[in-house]
Amino acid sequence: MAHAAAAIPGTSHAEPFIRIDGLNRHFAGGAGVHDLSLDIPRGSFTTLLGPSGCGKSTTLRLLAGLETPDSGSIRIDGRDVTTLAPSERGLSMVFQSYALFPHLSVKDNIEFGLRVRRVPAGERRARLNEALDLTDLRGFEARKPAQLSGGQRQRVALARAVVAGHPLCLMDEPLSNLDAKLRHSVRQDIRRLQRRLGMTVIYVTHDQTEAMSMADTVVLMRDGRIEQAASPADIYANPTTEFAATFVGSPPIQMMPPLSGEQAPRVGIRAEDLHLVEPKKGLLTVSVTSTEFLGAETYIYVRATEGDDIIVRAPGRVEPAPGTSFDLDWQPEAAHRFDQKGNRLALHRKTLVPAE
Amino acid sequence: MKPRSQSLYAWMLLFPALVLLSTFAFYPSIATLWSSLFTRGSARRPAKFNELGNYADLFADPVTWKVIGNNLIYAGVTIPVSIAIALLMALWADSRMPAKSFVRTAYFTPTMLPMIAAANLWLFFYTPGIGLFDRIIGVFGFDSVNWLGQPETALWSIILVTIWKESGFFMIFYLAALQTIPPELKEAAIIEGTSRWTYLRRVVLPLLMPTTLFVLVNALINSVRLIDHLFILTKGGPDNATKLILYYIWELAFSYLDAPHAAAMTVLVLIALGIVATIQFRLIDKRAHYR
Ligand SMILES: Nc1ncnc2c1ncn2[C@@H]1O[C@H](COP(=O)(O)OP(=O)(O)O)[C@@H](O)[C@H]1O
Ligand SMILES: [Mg+2]
Repeated sequence: MAHAAAAIPGTSHAEPFIRIDGLNRHFAGGAGVHDLSLDIPRGSFTTLLGPSGCGKSTTLRLLAGLETPDSGSIRIDGRDVTTLAPSERGLSMVFQSYALFPHLSVKDNIEFGLRVRRVPAGERRARLNEALDLTDLRGFEARKPAQLSGGQRQRVALARAVVAGHPLCLMDEPLSNLDAKLRHSVRQDIRRLQRRLGMTVIYVTHDQTEAMSMADTVVLMRDGRIEQAASPADIYANPTTEFAATFVGSPPIQMMPPLSGEQAPRVGIRAEDLHLVEPKKGLLTVSVTSTEFLGAETYIYVRATEGDDIIVRAPGRVEPAPGTSFDLDWQPEAAHRFDQKGNRLALHRKTLVPAE
Repeated sequence: MKPRSQSLYAWMLLFPALVLLSTFAFYPSIATLWSSLFTRGSARRPAKFNELGNYADLFADPVTWKVIGNNLIYAGVTIPVSIAIALLMALWADSRMPAKSFVRTAYFTPTMLPMIAAANLWLFFYTPGIGLFDRIIGVFGFDSVNWLGQPETALWSIILVTIWKESGFFMIFYLAALQTIPPELKEAAIIEGTSRWTYLRRVVLPLLMPTTLFVLVNALINSVRLIDHLFILTKGGPDNATKLILYYIWELAFSYLDAPHAAAMTVLVLIALGIVATIQFRLIDKRAHYR
């Protein structure tokens, strides 16, 4: 089988930590994952991103061994684990619902796997204490999950995942049950924890902000296939498809109505690359429909004679009256051009500011 | 709201329950207790206060002890066995299985059958010579057995009928409880390398504990409530071998028309049940407060 893994910057020729090759798992009605190939380097943070039902959880469960592939192979750390039991794959998992045992205390929940594997009491205690410290759960050891807040439960789930000391941790939407504010801080906590322990994390989310802010590599999925796998900066600057362009970024890329003098059937421009200029001095005539003040900036919604609202970002607070006419302007290289099927046309790549 | 009108409100809300409980629970209990303290009256000798004489009579009567012994054996066997079978069947029916709903219905049928119909069915099974059991053991060359007609097998035959009837009923509770256990718990355990047996012992059984206690209370109450099967199958015989407490009370009250002794026996049962229920609910409070 030809290996056609999506190229990830920074991978060397040596075998990566995880290699997924031609993986298939079909469900009735065309659902599932199809012909998935992906390399994931050791110690990296990879997010599987995509709309609900695109096969993210299925991919993760295939990696975990909770789901059996119809075909294809999975290698972890140089071993073919395709047919191995979940517990033989050397990984831990954080579930969306946390899957804590309701009758066990925080301590017993965290220690559950160690006890099952008959880790000696001394080592067990040491590891438990380390996990409690890492997740800031000291003092809660004796509580039952029902006596904890959502954030604390989430941390118990994390502690249970790290206590095993496995090099790979899979997380399926671990923050989706937290409120927005908590989610933001836990995002940082998870990232710090991952760096500190040098774990490889594969993290499923449907929230592009979460994926972009946490990941070394974003794997964007659609209908059971990988749409694009790249660093957050690269996927933002060089989306290979219209779907990737519109799914990643907030606000999403703005699709222009058909433009005169433009060969590409579909053109999208990031809201921050759009400027409002005096009438007749830009590329497209629009009129203001509404504005949305967000504090540091304002979204100005404008509309051309045809097409949907287009969002333009303006710094600070500006309030053009609805109905005011402007022209929309942008640099030629800011345009992302796609063909009728949504594949990227322009061959030039936007150069990236090197990260760190 | 002012405290006065608030307490009026409270009494109004309590009123219907209070009336119902008084009419159907408190009054009969008190009346029973009261009548258990008097001798049996007749036209010539009116009932007179007898202190605890009726109770003393009961304790002096070997039939009482025989009945209590029967009931202890009956409860001691039917309760654990039917709970164990119910649990096993529920675990089996909850696992992946073709024709799951059909099997569930099949298990539940004994519970839906009226007791009398079920007893008649079993009467046929047990009939010497032509009954199902005799036919089966006949195949292996054994002699015909009068299952219900001899003291050595009669009580055990009744016990078997009860287990058959109760297991399906209790299974439904276990099945419902099993379905509230999220499947992720099992997956989390599998990833940790937990065997099926360990998962059952460390996760499933503890989570089923509230159900087990509930079923246990029910089974205990049922074990002193059994009477319909006895009417059809054995009438308490032979030689009191299958006489259980409620049947004994019925016999005292309606065959011998000895209401005071029947009342005394009833009071004893109520006291015993009250003690058992208190202990069990204490246990439930202690073991099942995590939800
Ligand atoms: N066990 C299953 N049986 C049938 N269909 C399934 C099963 N698991 C998932 N699917 C389907 O596969 C698709 C992908 O599911 P999933 O991987 O859970 O998506 P998500 O990206 O939201 O996590 C969905 O359409 C879902 O309905
Ligand atoms: Mg999912």
